[in-house]
Amino acid sequence: MKLKHLLLGTALVASTVVAAVPASAQNSIYIPLLTYRTGPFAVSGIPIGSGMADYLNMLNERDGGIGGVRLNVEECETGYDTKKGVECYEQVKSKNPIVINPYSTGITLQIIPKAAVDKIPILSMAYGLSASADGQNFPWIFNPPATYWDGASMFVKYVGEKEGGLDKLKGKKLGLVYLDAPYGKEPIPLLEALAKDYGFELKLYPVPAAEAQNQSSLWLNVRRDRPDWIYMQGFGAMNPTAIKEAIKINYPMNKFIGNWWSGGDDDARPAGPQAKGYLSFTFNQTGTNFPIIQEIIKHVVDKGKSQVQKDKVGETFYNRGVLNSIIIAEAIRNAQKISGKKEINGEDLRRGLETLEITAARLKELGAEGFASPMKVTCQDHNGHNAAFVSEWDGTKWNKVSDWIAPIKEKVNPLIEQASKDYVGANAGWPKRSEPCDKSS
Amino acid sequence: MLYREAGQYKTNYAADVSVFPLREDRVGLAVILFLAFCVVPFISNGFMLQAVLIPFLVFSLAAIALNILTGYTGLISLGTGAFMGVGAYACYKLTTFFPQVNIIIWVIASGFFSAAVGALFGLPSLRIKGFYLAVATLAAQFFLSWCFIRVPWLYNNNVSGAIEVPTRTLFGIPITGATATPFTRYLVVLTIVVVMTWIASNLVHGRIGRMWMAVRDMDLAAELIGIRLLPTKLLAFAVSSFYCGVAGALLVFFWYGGAEAAVFDVNQSFFILFMVIVGGLGSLTGSFFGAALIFILPIALRVLAPAVGLPLHPSTVEQLQFMIVGALIIFFLIVEPHGLARLWQIGKQKLRVWPFPY
Repeated sequence: MKLKHLLLGTALVASTVVAAVPASAQNSIYIPLLTYRTGPFAVSGIPIGSGMADYLNMLNERDGGIGGVRLNVEECETGYDTKKGVECYEQVKSKNPIVINPYSTGITLQIIPKAAVDKIPILSMAYGLSASADGQNFPWIFNPPATYWDGASMFVKYVGEKEGGLDKLKGKKLGLVYLDAPYGKEPIPLLEALAKDYGFELKLYPVPAAEAQNQSSLWLNVRRDRPDWIYMQGFGAMNPTAIKEAIKINYPMNKFIGNWWSGGDDDARPAGPQAKGYLSFTFNQTGTNFPIIQEIIKHVVDKGKSQVQKDKVGETFYNRGVLNSIIIAEAIRNAQKISGKKEINGEDLRRGLETLEITAARLKELGAEGFASPMKVTCQDHNGHNAAFVSEWDGTKWNKVSDWIAPIKEKVNPLIEQASKDYVGANAGWPKRSEPCDKSS
Repeated sequence: MLYREAGQYKTNYAADVSVFPLREDRVGLAVILFLAFCVVPFISNGFMLQAVLIPFLVFSLAAIALNILTGYTGLISLGTGAFMGVGAYACYKLTTFFPQVNIIIWVIASGFFSAAVGALFGLPSLRIKGFYLAVATLAAQFFLSWCFIRVPWLYNNNVSGAIEVPTRTLFGIPITGATATPFTRYLVVLTIVVVMTWIASNLVHGRIGRMWMAVRDMDLAAELIGIRLLPTKLLAFAVSSFYCGVAGALLVFFWYGGAEAAVFDVNQSFFILFMVIVGGLGSLTGSFFGAALIFILPIALRVLAPAVGLPLHPSTVEQLQFMIVGALIIFFLIVEPHGLARLWQIGKQKLRVWPFPY
C-alpha cells in the first residue's frame, strides 16, 4: 500500500516536471535576480529585491519590455547565504542569463572568476570587490556607481568640509565602526592612507559578525576614545544596534555617518526618535516624488503585481533596487544598439555595460531627474567613481542634506590598481583580457 | 526475492567477517560505484554536478569525519566547521607557497595539519565527557574562527579577507579554479571520497575501530581490558580531524572556489552534526544518507516546487522548505531514533526474510 503511494507520487512529480520544462518563453531576455527575502538580512533584502523586480516589470507592463523584447525576470532566493547564492548561480546559468546581480559580497567573490569563463557579466552595484573597478583585469565585472573606497574618501572629504578644510583634519580622531568581515574591512587601507596624508588619527572598532547585536563593550571603547567623527561600514542588524549604542553613550548623531548600506529606513527607525540626526551616504534619492517611481506605482504596485507593501515604495533601499534595474535596462538598450540584435546575450550586455553612459538628460527622460548622479562606464574604468550625498534621518524619513560629493579619485585609483594587480598575482593563470574595447556610444 | 542469502556458503573466516557478507550487497556497491563514476558524470548537467553532487560528497566526507568521533568513539564535537577550516586554510597556504606541487597532494597533506590541531583540542577529552567535551570543542570552534578572521597571514593579507582558489592542473587538465569543468571536479572529489570512505571502513571494522567502540560503550570497561584511553581518544580526534580537514579543503577548492571565514562558523558544525544524527550515529552509510537528507532535500524542494507549476514566489518556497525539512527531520527521528541508517538496515533485513515476517 505504502509502496503504491510512493510510486504514484513519484510518477506524478516526474510527469509534471517533464510537462513544465519546455514552458520557457520564446523571444525574451532572461534576467535572474538573486534576492534575499529570507534570513538575517531580509530587512534590507526585501525592499532591494522588490525595487529591482518592480522596475523591470514596469518596463514589461508599460513598454512591452525593451526594444520590443519582453524581459523574463525571475528571482532566486539566496537568504544572503553564499552556499545558496552559488547554487542559484549554477541554477540560472543554464538559462542564458544576460547579467547576474549577486547582492552579497560573499557570493560576488565566489562568482567573479567564473564570469569570464561562463561569459556572463556581473553587476555588483557599489558592493563586492572594489578592485574589480579595473576593467583591464576584470572585463566581466561592473560595480558602478562607486566603490567602498570612494565612499570612505567622501566621508573624509565631508568631514574636511565641516571642519573648515582638509588641512584642519590634522590631529583629529576619526573612528571606523565596521562589520568584521571582508565587506566591513574594505575601507581600512584607504582610510589609513588618508590618515597619513591629512594627519588625522584613525581608530578602528570591529564588530564581529556573531556579536552584531551585542556591541556595548565596543562602544565603551568609543566613549573612552571620543573620536571626533565616526564612519560606519555596517550591515543588517548591526546598524540599528550601533545607533542605539551611540545614543546610549550620548555620541552626537550629526557626527555619525553610515555608508550606503548603513542607511536604510529600517536601519535608523528601530533606534527610536533619538536617532534623529543620524547621517548616511547614499547615491540614490529617496521618496516617491519622481515620475519613474510614480510609473512603477501605477503600472505594477497598484495592479498588485509587486511583492512590496505600498508604504515601502520610495524607501532608500527600494529606490536603490530601482536604480540597479535602471542600470540594467539602460545597458540592455545600449547593447541592442551596439550589437544590432534585439535578443541580446551576456556577451552583448558586457559590451553594453562597458560603453554605458547615463547622462543627466537621459535621467530626465526616464523620469529620474536628480535621482542619481549621471554615470559613465568605460573600458578601463568599470566603476565611474561617481558622486554620492549625505542624507539625514529626521525620525521618519531620510532627507538630502548635502550636495553631491565626488570621491577623492586620485587617492582611490592607485589603491584600485594595486589591489587589482595583487588579485591577479594571487590567482595564477588569471586570463588576460581578450575582449576588444568598443567605442563609447 | 532477489535479496537473500540462501545458497551463499561461507567457507573461511575472511568471508565470515567481511564487511559485505552478502553477494547482493557487493553487487549493489559495484553498481553504485559504476553509476557514480561512469554514468552520472556523463548524463548530469553542470548544475547537478556542481551544486548538488559535489557538495553532497563533500558533506558526506565531513559527516564520516564527525561520525568517527561522535558515532564510533562517543565523543561529542562542535568543532567540525573549524577543523574543516584548518584544512582549507592549510591547503591554501601550502599551494601558494609551493604552487608546483600537485594540488591533490596538498589536499591530503592539509588533513595532517587539521589532525594535529584536532588532537591538540582533543586533549581535554581524557578528563571530560559529554556536554563538557562539547563545550571544550566549541571553544576550539570559536578560537579557530577568530584566527581565520584575525590572522592576515592565513589569507595572505588579502584585502577582502577571503581565500581565493588559483587554477591548478592534473595531467594538464585544470581541476581547480574557474576554468575547471564540473565534470573533472566531480571525478576528483568522488575519487578522494571513495578512497577515504574505504579507508574509514577498514579502520572502523578493524582493531582500531573496536577500540573506539569499546571506549564509546563504556570507557571504564575498555580501560580494564587493556585499552589505553588517552591514545585511543586522541587517535579518534586526529583521524576525525584529518577527514574534516580534507573535507574542508575539498569544499573550498572543488566546490566554492574561494571562501571567507564565515563559511567555517559554528553553523557549519551544527549542520554536519545534524547530518550525523539524522543519518545514524556509528554508520558510514548513514553519513551519506544524512548528507543527502539535510543537503539535497532542500534543493530538491526548491527546484521541484516551481517545476511542478506551483505559482509560488521563491521566498515563499524558501520558507516552506524550512518548515518541510524541519518536519521531516522530526518525523524520521520519531519513526527511527537511530537514524536513516537503521531504517535502511531494517529494510534490508525485511527483504532478507521476505515473504515471512520473521
